[in-house]
Amino acid sequence: MEFWAVKIGYFLITLGMVTVYGLLLGAIIARTMARVQGRIGIPYWQPFLDIIKNLGKRTAVSHGVMFYMGPVFRIAGGIGTLAFVPVIYGSEMFSNFHFAGDLLLAMYFIFFGQLGMALGAGESGHPFSAIGVARGLGQMTAFELPFVLAIIAVVIQYDTLSITEIVAAQQGGVSNWTLFTNPLAVAAAMLAFLGMSGYPPFDVFTAPNEIPIGPPTEYHSSFLALMATNRAIFASAKLILFMDLFFGGATGLIEMIIKTWAIYMVAVVVGASFPRFRVDQSIRFFLRVPTLIGIASIAFVQIFLLG
Amino acid sequence: MTTKDQSLGPLANDGLSPEERDLFSDARPVPYQPYPIEVVEKFVNWVRANSLFMLAFGTGCGAVELNPLMTARYDAYRFGFQPRPTPRQASVFMIGGYASVKTLKRIIRSYEQMQGPKFVVALGICPVNGGMYWDSYNTVNQFDLYIPVDLYITGCMPRPEVLLAGVLELKKKIKEGRADGHNRYIENLDWYKANQKRIIKNWDMPDYSW
Repeated sequence: MEFWAVKIGYFLITLGMVTVYGLLLGAIIARTMARVQGRIGIPYWQPFLDIIKNLGKRTAVSHGVMFYMGPVFRIAGGIGTLAFVPVIYGSEMFSNFHFAGDLLLAMYFIFFGQLGMALGAGESGHPFSAIGVARGLGQMTAFELPFVLAIIAVVIQYDTLSITEIVAAQQGGVSNWTLFTNPLAVAAAMLAFLGMSGYPPFDVFTAPNEIPIGPPTEYHSSFLALMATNRAIFASAKLILFMDLFFGGATGLIEMIIKTWAIYMVAVVVGASFPRFRVDQSIRFFLRVPTLIGIASIAFVQIFLLG
Repeated sequence: MTTKDQSLGPLANDGLSPEERDLFSDARPVPYQPYPIEVVEKFVNWVRANSLFMLAFGTGCGAVELNPLMTARYDAYRFGFQPRPTPRQASVFMIGGYASVKTLKRIIRSYEQMQGPKFVVALGICPVNGGMYWDSYNTVNQFDLYIPVDLYITGCMPRPEVLLAGVLELKKKIKEGRADGHNRYIENLDWYKANQKRIIKNWDMPDYSW
């Protein structure tokens, strides 16, 4: 009993830290982009102020029960993903609730939030929400395929479904990282990550300036604050999952920050360089090269690493 | 202008056809109360002033001067000022100049869909007295009669520097708690609605767009 109380306490500390880190990371990226464009950019504390401001709105309009549940499901997805991903390997405090099959549960939670959001945004009745949801779910189905293929390759390679054991197998030097032992799986997963992160060329489901901002068009006040908090938690949890699976995990806080920032920058740099795909183009993209790379990575594991 | 008490009951929505009336809410908006603790209210006001989500309503020439605010030269982001594409999430409504009667309808609907506290900034001289359109047959001469304007930035057209100065002025007003347009609108809703209906002849929308 006491053991669980301590674990939950540790998880709350991790959750707070990851939330602050995620919000700061968003501000850092926005400032970096601003410097590239020759601007000063937002202050570092802007995401925090936006959340407090949205919580401090005095009026809110509801569109029904599912409208309320959408952001709640979304933040449950974010917190759930984080809860089963060890943030720092070997640290009692930041290991979270790891168990033998946590990889499957984390993957489930990644998509759980998006489905909840689709239901909530659907009830708002705004046509742009419906368009955004249809595009988002279509694209999600497409990038899930290379992602899952890459995960299967990694699971076969390390013969485990536990993220902690996958991280443990990558310890002992850079050459043990999945990035170097199984580069094909990492390539497929990183291409899927571009789709997940919602930066161009795969941002057609929010598509600013076109369908105002897609699914959350009708979300305001504290709903919006909840979603902004979740964006920070979920982005960090996803980055930490990728770091654990493919880039050797992290044994310290500084290593975690540097690695997750670097992974995030991949999506940002690609996003800054490419225009937006239409949804049919992005689905075709994911079902061709990344999926083939994913299949090749499984074959690679079977033939060269195990055979 | 007379202040009304809030026990006036639901809105009539008599501009709507009977079969449409069920689709829209007839609830009357109520003014929001500040937080009971003064320090909290001051802090939240400071946050509100530093996190301005702007909905740009590019009706007139002002929209041309609004766009450079976000570019490298003026960079309004550093003041916590950022564009937002939907009225639901915005807190500052920037009306870019003159409005025809047709546009006023859209302005009212967008404004009412914003969640309070919300602030209105009107650009140019046209919202003040009509400007060069003062004798036009279809242009609104004085915005203040139809929606509560918190800040006017005059000029024909105001340059982006002036707009930035206006943003800073708005921030000052919000911090001091003087930007109370939202409550003014709700407390005098009947007066505003009467003015709006006098000028908009084909009123085919709910009395308050929730």
